[in-house]
Amino acid sequence: MAPATSTGETFSERFARQTQHGDSIFRGVTLVFALAVIGLVATIGFVVINGSALAREQFGLGFLFDSIWNPTATDTSPAVFGAWPAIRGTLLSSAIALLLAAPIAVGIGIYLAELCPVSLRTPLSFLVELLAAIPSVIYGTWGVLVFVPFFVTYIATPLADTIGQAIPWLAGPVSTGRGIMAAGCVLAIMILPTIAAITRDVLSLVPNTQREVLLALGATRWEVIAKSVVPYARAGIIGGIMLGLGRALGETMAATMLIGNSQQINQSLFEPGTTAASLVANELPNVQSPIHESALITVAMVLFLITLVLNLGARLIIWNMNRGPANARR
Amino acid sequence: MTIRSSAPSNYQQRVLGDRVMRALTLVATLIALIPLILIIGNTTILGASALSIDFFTKTYEPPAIAGFDPAADLSDLGLGIPDLTDGSFTDPLSSTNGLPDLSGVAGGPAIDNLEDKGAGFAEATTSGGVSHAIAGTLLVTGLALLLSLPIGILAAIFLAEYPGNPVATLVRFATDVLSGTPSIIAGTVAYIVIVLNFRQFSGVAGAIALMFLMVPTITRTTEEVLRLVPETTREAALALGAPMWYSTFTVVVPTAITGIVTGVLLAFARGAGETAPLILTVLGNNEFTTNLLGPIQALPLITYRYTESPYPGENLQAWGSAFILMMLVLTMNILVRFGTRNRLKGR
Repeated sequence: MAPATSTGETFSERFARQTQHGDSIFRGVTLVFALAVIGLVATIGFVVINGSALAREQFGLGFLFDSIWNPTATDTSPAVFGAWPAIRGTLLSSAIALLLAAPIAVGIGIYLAELCPVSLRTPLSFLVELLAAIPSVIYGTWGVLVFVPFFVTYIATPLADTIGQAIPWLAGPVSTGRGIMAAGCVLAIMILPTIAAITRDVLSLVPNTQREVLLALGATRWEVIAKSVVPYARAGIIGGIMLGLGRALGETMAATMLIGNSQQINQSLFEPGTTAASLVANELPNVQSPIHESALITVAMVLFLITLVLNLGARLIIWNMNRGPANARR
Repeated sequence: MTIRSSAPSNYQQRVLGDRVMRALTLVATLIALIPLILIIGNTTILGASALSIDFFTKTYEPPAIAGFDPAADLSDLGLGIPDLTDGSFTDPLSSTNGLPDLSGVAGGPAIDNLEDKGAGFAEATTSGGVSHAIAGTLLVTGLALLLSLPIGILAAIFLAEYPGNPVATLVRFATDVLSGTPSIIAGTVAYIVIVLNFRQFSGVAGAIALMFLMVPTITRTTEEVLRLVPETTREAALALGAPMWYSTFTVVVPTAITGIVTGVLLAFARGAGETAPLILTVLGNNEFTTNLLGPIQALPLITYRYTESPYPGENLQAWGSAFILMMLVLTMNILVRFGTRNRLKGR
């Protein structure tokens, strides 16, 4: 019927008909902005791949495992770029953070979801969420001005003087205290709230029938948690830990301020190191040569890829968890 | 029929295990609360003691060291006054391997030489303030918010109103990728694309870096609240003859506006606290400026640089600016908490 009336219609009528009263324009405009979000990701991908091309061609995969990073060429030593000190520092500091934080954070999540008195649950949960929102530079400031002096006197020096004699990883000298261990400890504090909040969330998604079944069999509260609730939510908890790990790996400020920023590989965890993020933050504004810049962008690309895989894996797990196994309905 | 176990009862043992493990989760919570309360407590106490009228109104002033005349002593070392007053001494970027062309803005070679002079760092008094950093943070984060708002909100409207669209899945995937991207990567991209191309560190580059981090927060919260609007509300508007866009902007969005504002506030708080992208983009500036096309100062940057400072006075200022940042984040979060609570009560 549209063609029949088209001769007599005014411009606004034709406009309304052709655009479904503006809806196709609405759809188009929102689609453009939705595509802009994809465009942001594409920009990141394009820029890091493009920027790292030079270094990738020149060094190949060996770049990741070459352990010397010397951006300044002198007469005696040419400029060499190997990412291993940064990758090693990133992995070690994140591993320390995860080992310290994960058990405690899961404990907090269990306490908040299962055991906490109802009147305390909301304020404690809110506190945990607030802590996840505090900017990382504040953790860094606190780490440098409060934690490190304490760490040197009461943790690092005693450890290095006792078991450090036997285990080279914990050996002295503890100079300024800034190093992989100190960075790992502060990162642990930072990722605690992240893991705890997700653990609490996935535990509260566990259907009550899971608890009632074991309670009906005469189980204690802890047996219910350990044998029924936590196994049901296991995938989600692992997802939360992976998100925490992703945060630790990509964290820049706290790591930069606490790790000491040394490109040398020191065996002791009390000595300075560097991480991928802090290497980029420290050197990118002061690049010495195009290859230096490209090498730094390659480090950033590796970091981006690692966190990408971790985050997507974690989201997939948590998303599956939220749907519930076998289409369970609460 | 009665079933009687021949095994001895392990009831006592199980009760003991139950008590121990439940106590352990409580202990874990208390252990975690110690550093977290210490961080908030230290920042509040030390930060509040740094606050004064000068702190909010003045800009950077070089620390005054008793018995040290910068003009005379530095000219002995072959360094001009501009190198001293223009830069923050403590910039680790330039003190490790600084480029000559950055020294006018971001610091100089002064630090080692000052130490050689044996100047009295501990007695140095700091009298400056951080007004330039407060202005810079508000400007850069505000611009970042202006850039992210249209993308974030309109993309979320697309996601909520056309949920089955294959593009929507891809957009959700992109939001997840962005929200997990380390902030340094956003800084790197803005540095390469903006700073290198225009040969100029600038507030605009910082805002673009922050945009990468703020868009996913806005998109995700907005989509969530838009989906909470009941389908019947949309149908009621459509049944009255409103086109979809009219129903969206006059019915759906106003219904969800509290939640959208929540997401925007959280994004602002997140952006204001980000430091790593700013190191690579806005660089820092010791003068008060509102020029977003040049280097500008920001609160997180000043917190970072002053923390690394050898002057106790500047360390105290680091606590002060950390305190302002923390209050900003906490206030936003508490506002959001009250906002959403009222919304849920109204239902």
